[in-house]
Amino acid sequence: MKQIQLKKVSKNFGATEVIPPLDLDIEDGEFVVFVGPSGCGKSTLLRLIAGLEDVTSGQILINGKDATEMPPASRGLAMVFQSYALYPHMSVRKNIAFPLRMIGMPKDEQAKRVDEAAKVLNLTEYLDRRPGQLSGGQRQRVAIGRAIVREPTAFLFDEPLSNLDAALRVGMRLEISELHKRLDTTMIYVTHDQVEAMTMADKIVVLQSGVIEQVGTPLDLYHNPRNTFVAGFIGSPKMNLLTGKEAEKHGAHTIGIRPEHLTISTKKGGWEGTVGVSEHLGSDTFIHVECKAFDETLTVRASGEMDLSYGSKVYLTPDASNLHKFDENGMRMS
Amino acid sequence: MATQHSRSIARMMLAPATTLLLAWMLIPLIMTLYFSFKKYLPLRGGDLGWVGFDNYVRFISSSAFWPAVATTLIIVGGVLLITILLGILLALLLDQPIWGQGVVRILVIAPFFVMPTVSGLVWKNMFMDPVNGFFAHIWRVFGAEPIQWLSHASMPSLVMIISWQWLPFATLILLTAIQSLDSEQIEAAEMDGAKPLSRFFFIILPHLARAITVVVLIQTIFLLSIFAEIFVTTAGAFGTKTLTYLIFQRVLESQNVGLGSAGGVYAIILANIVAIFLMRIVGKNLDR
Repeated sequence: MKQIQLKKVSKNFGATEVIPPLDLDIEDGEFVVFVGPSGCGKSTLLRLIAGLEDVTSGQILINGKDATEMPPASRGLAMVFQSYALYPHMSVRKNIAFPLRMIGMPKDEQAKRVDEAAKVLNLTEYLDRRPGQLSGGQRQRVAIGRAIVREPTAFLFDEPLSNLDAALRVGMRLEISELHKRLDTTMIYVTHDQVEAMTMADKIVVLQSGVIEQVGTPLDLYHNPRNTFVAGFIGSPKMNLLTGKEAEKHGAHTIGIRPEHLTISTKKGGWEGTVGVSEHLGSDTFIHVECKAFDETLTVRASGEMDLSYGSKVYLTPDASNLHKFDENGMRMS
Repeated sequence: MATQHSRSIARMMLAPATTLLLAWMLIPLIMTLYFSFKKYLPLRGGDLGWVGFDNYVRFISSSAFWPAVATTLIIVGGVLLITILLGILLALLLDQPIWGQGVVRILVIAPFFVMPTVSGLVWKNMFMDPVNGFFAHIWRVFGAEPIQWLSHASMPSLVMIISWQWLPFATLILLTAIQSLDSEQIEAAEMDGAKPLSRFFFIILPHLARAITVVVLIQTIFLLSIFAEIFVTTAGAFGTKTLTYLIFQRVLESQNVGLGSAGGVYAIILANIVAIFLMRIVGKNLDR
């Protein structure tokens, strides 16, 4: 069932068009991630769905009903903000209960729901503290708690993990994914981090300057990027995108090959190059190879034990079945 | 030791300023205390010797003392109430994006730049004059008898004048506080289903608590010593005699420096009592 539908939705700020008309369907229970570089309009798109910004033209349907003109509160969506936006003068309990208090729910019912949410999020012992006395991760959980208690039709997350340190981010990423599995509610998640997108999403929406570049499952985007932008954006480290004679040999304007689909050898292979910097991660080694054929640096993933000295001569061989070809407009050729 | 050295030099460098400040505060205080125990009548014999607590007893037992204390507190309380209520409303208005925002904000601040004597005279002669005042004209337009503002409604008039002067200060501080409110908090409240009025009472007002505290504390300090506005309008008549004004009368009109000094000491005590109460009530807002 299509739960949230955007029909020809566009947004202008004054004379500048931030989002040209776009269509998007979000299914019930799906975890959708909007991903793109900063300034690509992904947060604006989320705010349009939330109702915090008015659409310039087009229509937003939520559960089949036209929500274009509805105020944010009546859309039945809950949002978790980047800054958490907790109310600093209220205790955690009151913060979580705030949306319930606003709809005039009886006190004992409120308390029951708050306790439930606190238990789910491991916040029970912090209920009487103020947000200022909590750590970043705990504040994040309070913000999620405030969203859960409303039992919304969908959750909206606006870069919720960008204020957390790397270790905590990995933990919270898991917690949110787990929450999604447990609640089975639609979630729309905005991030600029493609790792978050890949690990959490059922469906990724890649945006660039307000335009949807591709929509698909994480692996679909990984294996079949529709254009060079998606190819370069999804996957870490980035896909090597190469132009020139070697590309023309394959009948394409640009060829793309992921670091993990290149084999490195000191003896023979397709492309000759010299070793630059090697990044040792333990499990893998990322080697930057200066390639004469392209006049460019390619990234290669090798095994963790691989040890090549700076400046030594190597040969790279691409895995032909994983070679991506793009035409001069950057679109995929198949 | 470099730090030891620089610390003692720092102390030496600070010494002139500290000494000056100390003298500035201590000399008048000591002189007030000194005179308050003397019978000192400059035009009627000068220094007539020590009298112990005589001045204190006479000042407090005067029939004008308690009314003066009451007047002082009413002015402070009234002005605080009006400036904070209107200040919040004005700050909310000025926070809205409007055309010519900069000019409007400067205009709102303008009354603060008008000297107290000038504003007192302008209000007395141009607004509140029962014959030619602006208000008298308005009253006559509706066929009503003009109010003799400064004689028949002396306290409301004074509170009005002083509020007008202090409203910009309150507005300015509250406006900056409103502007510092994280817009995501308001948006979160909006998503949580809070109507504009609930947003104000649950989010904006608690956010303003600290700024309101600052306004209350600073204004109280200045309002306790209000003088010029009373001097140029009612000259202490019609029940507008504050403690400050009473002291002025004792010293300059009755030429009794000793009695006035004793009043000054009472004023210090009153200010401290008010300060203690304020810190009890609102001071905890500053801890957060």
